[in-house]
Amino acid sequence: MRISVQEAVFDPGAELSGFGAGRSDVGGLVSFTGLVRDDTGTLEALEIEHYPGMTERAITAMVEEAISRWELADALVIHRYGRLAVGAPIMMVATAARHRVAAFDAAEFLMDYLKSRAPFWKKEVTRAGESWVAAKDADEEALKRW
Amino acid sequence: MVEVLYFAWLRERVGVARESVETSAVSVADLVEELKARDPRYAAAFGDTSVVRVALDQDLADISAPLAGVKEIAFFPPMTGG
Repeated sequence: MRISVQEAVFDPGAELSGFGAGRSDVGGLVSFTGLVRDDTGTLEALEIEHYPGMTERAITAMVEEAISRWELADALVIHRYGRLAVGAPIMMVATAARHRVAAFDAAEFLMDYLKSRAPFWKKEVTRAGESWVAAKDADEEALKRW
Repeated sequence: MVEVLYFAWLRERVGVARESVETSAVSVADLVEELKARDPRYAAAFGDTSVVRVALDQDLADISAPLAGVKEIAFFPPMTGG
């Protein structure tokens, strides 16, 4: 597995092309890339704060659980922090498994847990000012399916 | 002495990212009450503890959790990763 909590931008395509390579037991890869979205046309940047140390620890625990629960061949999580431009990649999850259902389910599990259990906080910086993004009840609710 | 960390709007309201706190509080909830009595900045940050999450030595914990042996306490709003 590989976990990277980083400020630098990354290239999702390049990350995926190396992932799961050189193995004969992988039947499929699933990947998800989150991008900075501008719903109002006024967003200047997204600022992401995190808790160094706990972030890596929390993500490692969720990736280890996903690997054992879905018998993944491999898993990748990249999550950025700092000031991100509109349209830039925020984070990426990839899973490699024998079969697609495990790869899809494990990727969704990781996404749901990253949303609500990895210590990141988003702040929207717009021309009108700054505001912290509130957590959604639906995101907390999504954890119950696992 | 414990290290207390604040993130996101809790950090902004308290005015510091981290501080060392001398306390005899036995639980997180006791510490919160102690801080609120100390300065209005804490009262502003901890006005509604239903939107405050806690980690003890970097593991999520309940606000009623005991503080015995804990070195690092972090307070933050519900997380918004992904």
